[in-house]
Amino acid sequence: MRKFRTYGEVEHSTGSELLEQVLDQRDRLARRLAEVGTIVAVASGKGGVGKSAVTANLAVSLAARGHRVGVLDADLNGPSLGRMLGVVDAGLEDRADGVVPAEGPRGVRVISMELLQDREDAPLRWKEPNSDTFLWQSSMEAMALREFLADVAWGKLDYLLVDVPPGTDKIRRLLELVPTLPVALLVSTPAEMSRAVVLRSIRLVREAGVPSVALVANMTEYLCPDCGHRGSLFRGDGVRRLAEESGLPIWAEVPFDPRLGEATDRGVPPAAEQAANPVAEAFARIVARLEEPPGPDHEAPGSPSGSADPETSS
Amino acid sequence: MKFLCLECDQVMEFAERQIPGDGTLAAVFVCPECDREMALLTNPMETQFVSSMGVKIGGREVPAQPMEGIRTSLDEGGEKAFTEPVGEAAGNDPSVPAPPGAPSVVWTPEAIERLQRVPSFVRGMVKRIYTDYARERGIRTLTPETMDTARSDLGLEGM
Ligand SMILES: Nc1ncnc2c1ncn2[C@@H]1O[C@H](COP(=O)(O)OP(=O)(O)OP(=O)(O)O)[C@@H](O)[C@H]1O
Ligand SMILES: [Mg+2]
Ligand SMILES: [Zn+2]
Repeated sequence: MRKFRTYGEVEHSTGSELLEQVLDQRDRLARRLAEVGTIVAVASGKGGVGKSAVTANLAVSLAARGHRVGVLDADLNGPSLGRMLGVVDAGLEDRADGVVPAEGPRGVRVISMELLQDREDAPLRWKEPNSDTFLWQSSMEAMALREFLADVAWGKLDYLLVDVPPGTDKIRRLLELVPTLPVALLVSTPAEMSRAVVLRSIRLVREAGVPSVALVANMTEYLCPDCGHRGSLFRGDGVRRLAEESGLPIWAEVPFDPRLGEATDRGVPPAAEQAANPVAEAFARIVARLEEPPGPDHEAPGSPSGSADPETSS
Repeated sequence: MKFLCLECDQVMEFAERQIPGDGTLAAVFVCPECDREMALLTNPMETQFVSSMGVKIGGREVPAQPMEGIRTSLDEGGEKAFTEPVGEAAGNDPSVPAPPGAPSVVWTPEAIERLQRVPSFVRGMVKRIYTDYARERGIRTLTPETMDTARSDLGLEGM
């Protein structure tokens, strides 16, 4: 039998090795993220629970406190942050050092598939071949996420919020690129249905060793825009049960507020605008938790963090 | 990936890359000793797969461009996604800053016209690649012919 030398034994160096190129890519990502403070994944696993609305409102709330904020819409198939941050029509500047993100309210920097496609209803389609095969899709999506992280001229950021699309495998993709992800916020509604899915996501981020994992309960109660009356929207209290089962803290409870939904969908997330209302307070609590220096969480599981009014905590 | 000429026990050198059509990628390697050539052909799936990793078989001649993967792989890239670089009409794109001391590259009207036919989704990066190509070779006036040579020299797939 013929005896071959191993790859390493065959000497050759032209700098063209695929591995070198991949390492070079990793360097680019690391250099870009070196300027980014805290990356916060806003995820759930479950669709339609308000991840994007939470991301948009949290972004403006952080920016209102003077932080430099970036928003990466990792939902490639169902992007919404271009619209929610009012930048769908913005043209991106194409510079050698990166694509300049669009600037939304309070200087929030945004990248979203919505900015790269002209038509709002354009489905995300990659060039043939076989764009429908699962493997194909996922390799394209991994590429796109890497480029959103590494090829956007984010500049110096205090926070980069990543809106992670529904599906438990999606958070894994982010973790592959950002293995040291510091914060994951898991959004859930009181509906019992979302519990199992969110539990799976919790397990994934825990296994990945994300140091700070917390729940954001969305649409916990109905807030009547006319009379301020509060009532419950869902039967049961899935998020509290989730907190008990997982031992995770609930950082905030965001009520269902039709005005919040309407204004956010219109591109003006209201959380930072109105001073004293339950929605603004809820986001102020998340902001306060993010501003805390990292460390072990002393919060008793299940109880929403106490009064962290931005006025008094600053 | 290495190709070994078994006759000469030499690693074959990357020589040329082409997209002959159908999404096929052809990468030619030559034995430096006996000049024997071989071509690696990838099927469309493999071609896209390699490009989705952001790597180039045979090595990169030009640095990776921002969002190169998305911009060359997205089926319906927005024509309004990117703003036109300022000064494009003059053929002097400030987004391609000349390194200190380097002469600026001037695009002829014909070259600009041809560049305008490139979808705007990738135009900025294509322009940068050609400008860098010209600059590196001391070409001060960029013509459609320069573009042709650059295209084949650089093996610009899908651009
Ligand atoms: N607390 C809230 N009060 C009122 N409306 C809300 C609230 N949270 C979210 N919404 C609205 O509900 C709709 C769905 O929310 P959103 O798009 O943020 O969910 P999502 O989890 O991102 O969905 P998907 O999984 O499809 O990405 C949006 O119109 C949003 O504005
Ligand atoms: Mg969403
Ligand atoms: Zn040989």
